[in-house]
Amino acid sequence: MAVPKARRDMPLTPISYPTFGSMGKTGSWRTFRPIIDYSKCTKCTLCWVYCPDVAITRREDDSPEIDYEYCKGCGICANECPVKAITMQREEE
Amino acid sequence: MAQIIIDTANHIAGYAAKAARVRVVAAYPITPQTTVVEKIAEFVESGEMDAEYIRVESEHSAMAACIGAAAAGVRTFTATSAHGLALMHEALHWASGSRLPIVMAVVNRAMGAPWSIWPDFSDSLSQRDTGWIQFYCADNQEVFDTIIQAYRICEDERVFLPAMVCLEGFILSHTYMPVKIHDQEEIDAFLPPYRSGWILDVNNPFSHANLVSPEWYMEFRYMIQEAMENAKQLIPEIDKEYGRRFGLQYGGLIDKYKCENADLIICTMGTMGSEAKIAVDNLRKEGLKVGAARIRVYRPFPVEEIRNIAEEASIIATIDRHISFGMEGFLASEIKASLYHMEDKPLLAGFIAGLGGRDVTFKTIEEIAKKSLKWMKAGRVEKETVWVDLRE
Amino acid sequence: MVTIKEFPKEEYLLKGHAACAGCGPSIALRLLFKALGNKVIMVVPACCTTVIQGPYPYTSFAVPLQNMLFEATGATCSGIAAALKIRGLEDITVVGWAGDGGTVDIGLQALSGAAERETNFIYICYDNEAYGNTGLQRSGATPYGAWTTTTPTGKKERKKDMPLIMAAHKIPYVATACPSYPVDFVNKLRKAKEIKGTKYIHVLAPCPTGWRYDTSKTVEIGRLAVHTGIWALYEIEYGRFRLNPPSDRLIDKSKRKPVREYLAMQDRFRHLTEADIEKIQQWVDMDWEYYRKLASSECSDLTLHGKI
Repeated sequence: MAVPKARRDMPLTPISYPTFGSMGKTGSWRTFRPIIDYSKCTKCTLCWVYCPDVAITRREDDSPEIDYEYCKGCGICANECPVKAITMQREEE
Repeated sequence: MAQIIIDTANHIAGYAAKAARVRVVAAYPITPQTTVVEKIAEFVESGEMDAEYIRVESEHSAMAACIGAAAAGVRTFTATSAHGLALMHEALHWASGSRLPIVMAVVNRAMGAPWSIWPDFSDSLSQRDTGWIQFYCADNQEVFDTIIQAYRICEDERVFLPAMVCLEGFILSHTYMPVKIHDQEEIDAFLPPYRSGWILDVNNPFSHANLVSPEWYMEFRYMIQEAMENAKQLIPEIDKEYGRRFGLQYGGLIDKYKCENADLIICTMGTMGSEAKIAVDNLRKEGLKVGAARIRVYRPFPVEEIRNIAEEASIIATIDRHISFGMEGFLASEIKASLYHMEDKPLLAGFIAGLGGRDVTFKTIEEIAKKSLKWMKAGRVEKETVWVDLRE
Repeated sequence: MVTIKEFPKEEYLLKGHAACAGCGPSIALRLLFKALGNKVIMVVPACCTTVIQGPYPYTSFAVPLQNMLFEATGATCSGIAAALKIRGLEDITVVGWAGDGGTVDIGLQALSGAAERETNFIYICYDNEAYGNTGLQRSGATPYGAWTTTTPTGKKERKKDMPLIMAAHKIPYVATACPSYPVDFVNKLRKAKEIKGTKYIHVLAPCPTGWRYDTSKTVEIGRLAVHTGIWALYEIEYGRFRLNPPSDRLIDKSKRKPVREYLAMQDRFRHLTEADIEKIQQWVDMDWEYYRKLASSECSDLTLHGKI
């Protein structure tokens, strides 16, 4: 969806189209990074369902994959993982 | 088949909504508007009108429901008065900002406190800056015809704005007059099915009216102003076309009466315009060169036409059924503003009359005219704003 | 009964939205779409979700969404539902999605009107117990004792019981939910979708920004709200009250955790005195006595008003 530049390209009233990153790459908000230890993961999908930022996708085999471009680093996934397969690590400066 | 019926302006507004094939009506009762929505309820329940009638719990909700229905793709109608209109205020902005072509009958009534159920224009004129087109009617036939015209104008892609069709409480709302209800097929030919600039559609998802930063907001406002300018061009054209089709037309933006070669032009709105015509005839019999201009469309304001009328006049008298406290009548202000850039502009005398339903008859207007002509001869207006018939 | 693994993978809330990290309402939004899919039209009044969309010309919502005035959600949904009926599009679900302020305070009248008119729609109140979007002022849904910016020493009044207010409208479906219990919420939404008329779901949606707890604790706090009995999961279907798991196992007070555990996790309750905590515990126990009676067979057979 191209951003209108000129007035003539604007809709007559604000019509906003669905876009990934409507607020930008929200991964830049993160101070702690969730790291998945796939050897521990049981593919329960709880981290996927509880992610407020839609930043965890569910692969074909139900294992989770974190999209760091958008993950805000809230840590819910790590807190909820029943087998503690996710740890939060401070982002490098 | 066209038919002549004798009915009140409120019922006639209901007939017009039916003839316009309105599909959703949302309304809340308030005196003197009630019989508009009672008539529509009758039409809907008898099956004469194929519409959903939403009996909302407030006027704010009436406008919100109209916004929802218009956004979901159907023609909408509502009606209100005075405090009901004031309660809608916020939603009026939302409707115009959303560019939804909602049409509303406003049965004019004075604002409280104190309670009054009688007419003046303080309710609708207080909504001047909401981005709604404003029509003012002088008789029941005009109410019918203007509601039909309003849909055609509002749903034009150059406009896509809402409109209020104003009629004075009791003077018109509850007064029986003969009205021609035009042939439905001819109305359908004049007014195509509902059109709007956008629609809520599961196959084309978008968010409407989310947060707009300063980077974009002004352009959206400018486009509303452009639409108003377009409406100003379109209204006289549509009125002429209506005249060709139905044999009735109203002068577009201004209903002018004997304005040619007139020294004095009396500017009014609504039913005072009819009284002004009688006054003009009487004064002309006395040899006085007087004309009348009834401002039929208050927003967009007919600045250019006002200037044209003013070209030959020596004085303009405005009669406002309204007061902007701390200033003067809006009509006086707007006409003065319209004349500002004229080199040889006429004098202007502002009169406040008929507040809270006080009668403004042709006799009142004749007195106003004579006072204005006296000032014209003296070359200056003695008092910028005169309150007519005010107790000492 | 579905399981989480049966939830569809499609997302209609898109990543990169503008919610705070750890946002409870955002989890609820995702679950909304898991339950209803994208054949919905949403009405969103002024609330956090206004911001979550992101600014023009973008939005993080992949369903048609009408932003609307703060107090007008119910009435706007009535208008949309009427238009869809006229157009023969009644298979589209109309969803009003509003915060607690927009529901229990300024939007109460329009919601009550829409319910009384039997508007065919689902109204969801996502309740973070304060005016979050405006910077955390107290609302009618803020609980007793909670700090907000307009109750700097704690709110002195109790939370308005909105689900039971809606039940008094005798609408066919009222339910409570919490994003910590996704299957429960999704089931309730799917049930609501199949019922004609007004459906009301009140979702307790923990808010780390407003409740003052670590962003990772959102789901845990929701769970504690349920296990302490501060928040009960129930549904009222055609007048019949039923507690849902795990709340149905908490009628016996000994099964409930002390409210202290829930309160202690949130800095908005940091200033509470022992007497305050005791008072809150007593109120919760009284609520549960009421729920017990509502759930008893005697009471639950009383009314099936919606079906008569």
